[in-house]
Amino acid sequence: MKPEELLYSKTHEWVAIATDEAGAKVATVGISAFALEALTDLVFVDLPQVGRSVSAGEPFGEIESVKAVSDLYSPVDGEIVEVNSTLVDQLETLSDDPYTSGWFVKIRIADETALSGLMDHAAYQKQCEQEMADE
Amino acid sequence: MPACDVPSEPVERLLPPEALAQTAPSLPEVTEPELVRHFVNLSTQNMSVDSHFYPLGSCTMKYNPKRNETLSSLAGLLGLHPYQRVETIQGMLSILHSLQEMLAEISGLEAVSLQPAAGAHGEMTALFVAAAYVRDTDPARNVVLIPDGAHGTNPASAAMAGFKTVEVKSTPGGLVDLDDLASKLDERTAVFMITNPNTLGIFERNIAKICQMVHDAGGLVYLDGANMNAILGVTRPGDFGADMMHFNPHKTFSGPHGGGGPGAGPIAVTGKLAPYLPVPVVKKSGEEYGLDFDRPKTIGRVRSFFGNTGVLVRTYCYLRTHGPEGLRRVSENAVLNANYLLSRVKHFLPVPQGDRCMHEFVATAQTLKRERGVSALDIGKRLLDYGFHAPTVYFPLIVHEALMIEPTESECRSTLDAFAEALFRVTEEDPDLLHHAPHTTSVSRPDEVRAARQPILKWAGPER
Amino acid sequence: MPYIPNTDEDRRAMLQAIGAASIDELFEMIPADLHLGRALDLPPALGELELAVHVGELAARNRPASQSTCFLGAGSYDHFIPSVVDFVASRSEFYTSYTPYQAEASQGNLKALFEYQTLIAQLTGMDVSNASLYDGAGAAAEAVLMACSVTRRHAKVVAASTVHPEYRQVLGTYLQNLETELVTVAAPNGTVAPEELDAAIDDQTACVLVQHPNFFGCLEDVEQLSALAHAKGAAMIVAVDPVSLGLLRRPGDCGADIVVAEGQSLGNPMSYGGPYLGILACRDKFLRRMPGRLVGETVDRRDRRCWVLTLQTREQHIRREKATSNICTNQGLMALRATVYLSAMGPQGLRSTAELCLKKARYALGQWTGEGLLQPVFSAPTFKEFVVRVPHGQADALLSAAGEQGIMAGVPLGCWYPELEDCLLMAVTEKRMKAEIDRMTDVIRTVLN
Repeated sequence: MKPEELLYSKTHEWVAIATDEAGAKVATVGISAFALEALTDLVFVDLPQVGRSVSAGEPFGEIESVKAVSDLYSPVDGEIVEVNSTLVDQLETLSDDPYTSGWFVKIRIADETALSGLMDHAAYQKQCEQEMADE
Repeated sequence: MPACDVPSEPVERLLPPEALAQTAPSLPEVTEPELVRHFVNLSTQNMSVDSHFYPLGSCTMKYNPKRNETLSSLAGLLGLHPYQRVETIQGMLSILHSLQEMLAEISGLEAVSLQPAAGAHGEMTALFVAAAYVRDTDPARNVVLIPDGAHGTNPASAAMAGFKTVEVKSTPGGLVDLDDLASKLDERTAVFMITNPNTLGIFERNIAKICQMVHDAGGLVYLDGANMNAILGVTRPGDFGADMMHFNPHKTFSGPHGGGGPGAGPIAVTGKLAPYLPVPVVKKSGEEYGLDFDRPKTIGRVRSFFGNTGVLVRTYCYLRTHGPEGLRRVSENAVLNANYLLSRVKHFLPVPQGDRCMHEFVATAQTLKRERGVSALDIGKRLLDYGFHAPTVYFPLIVHEALMIEPTESECRSTLDAFAEALFRVTEEDPDLLHHAPHTTSVSRPDEVRAARQPILKWAGPER
Repeated sequence: MPYIPNTDEDRRAMLQAIGAASIDELFEMIPADLHLGRALDLPPALGELELAVHVGELAARNRPASQSTCFLGAGSYDHFIPSVVDFVASRSEFYTSYTPYQAEASQGNLKALFEYQTLIAQLTGMDVSNASLYDGAGAAAEAVLMACSVTRRHAKVVAASTVHPEYRQVLGTYLQNLETELVTVAAPNGTVAPEELDAAIDDQTACVLVQHPNFFGCLEDVEQLSALAHAKGAAMIVAVDPVSLGLLRRPGDCGADIVVAEGQSLGNPMSYGGPYLGILACRDKFLRRMPGRLVGETVDRRDRRCWVLTLQTREQHIRREKATSNICTNQGLMALRATVYLSAMGPQGLRSTAELCLKKARYALGQWTGEGLLQPVFSAPTFKEFVVRVPHGQADALLSAAGEQGIMAGVPLGCWYPELEDCLLMAVTEKRMKAEIDRMTDVIRTVLN
C-alpha cells in the first residue's frame, strides 16, 4: 500500500479501507513510519484476539520498545477479524515495510462515523512536522 | 549432613511413592572453595557504596554503618522465631516500640505501622488504609491525584488499591501546578500523593496551601517519603499537612540496599487513620510489651509475620546513633553537599530548576544532545570509566535528558570535587568515545534489545 | 558525627562556593512557618560503645529460638545455614550496592540473580522465576493477581483453608479493594477434599491456591487438584516449602502453573519474621504478566556474554498505573543467600536435609503421640510438621514447662482455627537431635501425667 493513499489518526495509526466479500467495510490498521522511527528498537507487540470488539479512540493493543510502552488505538468502531500474528517475529524489519507486511489488525467496521475524523496523508505530514518542531 | 540419629524406616515407606521425586533436585555440584571463588569474583564486578561514590538520584546511597550490621546480627535478635511467646522477645518488642515512637516524632504524625516490606509496599499499604477510611466515610471517592514528576510506584500502588489515577501537571519551575490541581480536585478525590521535596530536589513552597486545598475538597494527602533525607528535624510532613507517609529506611536511615533489597517501608498516619493500620502493632502497658491484634477497623495484614525486622533494627541503631541533633545534621550536610555539587556542575550542565536545591538536583544534557549528540545515558556510562557510579538518568520524566544527582551527607568535599571534575571532562570528550562507553568495566553496554526480544531468563548451557 | 566527613572548614568553603551565608540559608526554600523550630523529641545520641551495650542488653532480654530447642515452624524454620552463606552475603560489594539498573557496574549482582532464577526454575519445575518478591505471603498474593490478569477472570479466587492463614489474610487485604471474591475451601481432615474444591471452582474462577506440604504439614494431592482447576480453566498456584523439594516431586511436574514459596528456609535466618524471600516462578506463557524484576542474558558490544534487567516494560517505573505490580525494591540479598545456600547444599545436600527433616519429624510424632500422650489430629502423610492435640486446657502448661527446659514447643492454632483450640503445630528440622526430641517427650510425659 502506498502511504499517500492511506488515512491517519492523530495517534499515528494508518488505516486502509476495503470491502470484504459480504460487502462489509474492513479497516486494515498499522502504524506510520514516522511513529516507528520515534519508537526505535521494538521488542514486543501485544495484539488482541480475533472476535474482540473495539471502539474508536480506545486501545486495542500495545507496542513495546526496551524502555517504553505505547498503546495502539483503534481508529474505528468494529470487530477484530484478522490479526497479523507473524508481526511479533518481524519487529526488526517492521520499519522497512510498515505499510504492507507491517499491518497489525483488520477491523470490520461497525460504525463509519469515526472515519470522518481521520486525516489524509497531507494533513498527517503536517502534524508530523509540527511534532518535530515541538520536540 | 550428619547421619540420621533417630530410628527410621526408609523414605519410601514414610511417604506415598507418587509424592516422591525420582531423582535428587537439579542443583550445582561444587566444592566450597569453588563456590567462594565464584561469588567473590562476582562481587568484584559490582560498584557499591563501600567501593565507589554512588550519586544515584532518588536512591540516597549513603554510607552503611558497620556497627548496624554487627548489632542487628546478634543472636538475641537474628535468632528469634516470629511465633515465639511475647515474654521471650521483650527486648525486640522494646526496639520496635521505640522505633514506632521515633518515626511518629520524625514524621509529625500520630501512629506508625512497621509491617510494610519496602517503600512501594508502604505506599500501597497507606492507600489500602485510605481506601478503608473512604469506604467508611465517603465511598464515592475513588480517584488518586498524582503529579507528573512522581515515582512510578505512586500510580502503580494506587491501581493496586483499586483507585483510578489522574495526573496533575507541574509548572515550568517544577512545582505542582495549583490551577491544574484545583481543576482536578472534586468530590471524587480520595488522595493526593506528593513527593516533597519533589523528584527535582525542590521543596514545594506551597505545600501547606496544597494540603489545605486537598483537605477542603475532602481528600487525604499522601507524602512519598523517598526524599526525607533532606528534611530530618527541619520540617515534618504531619506539620505541613500530610495525613500519611512512608519512610524508606534503606535510603534515609542507611539501609543498606542489598543489591536491590531488602528494604522496609514503615508508614505513619494521622489519628483518624490509625484504626485502619495493619495488625499487629507493638503496644506497651506498664513495662510489658505486646502485640496488638485487636483492632476492629484494621485493613488486615500486608505481609506475613512482623515485617522486615532486620532492616528495622538497623534503623533503630541509626536513629539512636544520631539523636535529634545528629539527625538534623544529616539533612543539613546532605543539602550542603547537593548545593555544593550543583554550584560546580551548573557551569557546564544546565540545571533548569535553578541555583538552589535540597538533597539532590536534576541537570539536563539536552543542549549537549542537540549540539553534539551526547546523551544523558552516554554521560552516565562514561562516568563509570572514571570510577564513579552513574547518576539516575531519564528520571524524572518531565526533564529531557535528565541526570539526577544525589551525593548524600556521607561524602567529603574532595570526592564531590573529583566527581564534578570528571563530569566536566566527560562533557568535553569526543562524542564517539562516549557513545561506546564504558570502556573499562568488565563488560561494555549490553544489547538490551536482544535481551528483551528473545528473553533468556535461566542458564541455557555454555553455547550462545 | 560519625558518618559526615566534612569539617567545619570544608563547610565554610563550600558555603562560599555556593554563595550562601549559612546552612540555614539553604533551607530558606522551606517556608519559615513550616520549620519545626525545636529539636526532635528523640532519645540522645549514643556512641558506638554505648550503642553496643544498649542493643546488647536489649538482645539479651530475648530468648532466641536459634539457641533453644526449636520446634516452632509455621512458615519460618530453624534450618542449618552453612558459613559460606554468611560469608558471601557479608561482602559489601553485594550488600552496599543498589538494584542493578547500571548493568556494566553490576554484573556481579546480575549474574547471581540469574543463577537464582535458574536454580528456582529447576527446583520448582517451572519455566521461569523472577528475581524475588518480599515474602511467601506477598508472592502468593501477587501470583493470584497475575492469574486474574492472565485468565482475564476477576470475579473469584479459590484458596484452600490449609494455606498459611497469614498468607490468606494478606491475600484478603490485597483483594479488598478489587472486585474479586476470595472463597476458602474448608479441609476438616487436614487436606483439601477434592469434591469440595471442585464444587467451589466455576468458570469465573481465576485460580486455585493450595499449599504443599500444607500449613499443617500434610501432603496435598497436587496433581489431582490441578486437574480440577484446569478442567474449569482456572490457573493452579502451589505454595511450597523449598526444602521439601529435596525429596518431593516438583510442583511443575504435578500441574502447577505458578509456584510460590517462602524462601527463608534457603539460608536465611529467622530474624523475627524478616527480611525473608518471596519466590515466584511460572510457566513461560505467563511471562509478560509476571511481577518483579527479571534478569536476562544477552551480549555486550564485543559479543561477550553478560546480564541485564530485562522485560522492564512490565514494571512500575515504565508502565506506571498499568504495571503488573507496584513492586520496586525486592529481596536481592536474600535471593543471593538462597543461591549460595542451594549451591552449597547441592543435590545430595538438599535431599539429605529433606530426608532428615522427614525422619526426625516422624520419630518425634511417634514418640510424642505414643503411650497415649498427645493425639495426632490428621492422618494424611506429613513432611516436617504435624498437628497434635493436647488434652483440653493443658496446652499452655505444656508450652510453659517446655520453655523452662529451653524448648520452644509449638505454635498454638486456636487463633486461626477455632476448631483446633487445643492443638499445636510442631516442626522438626534437620538440626534437632534425638536427645532434644526425647527431652520433649519427657516434658510431655511430666506435664500430662
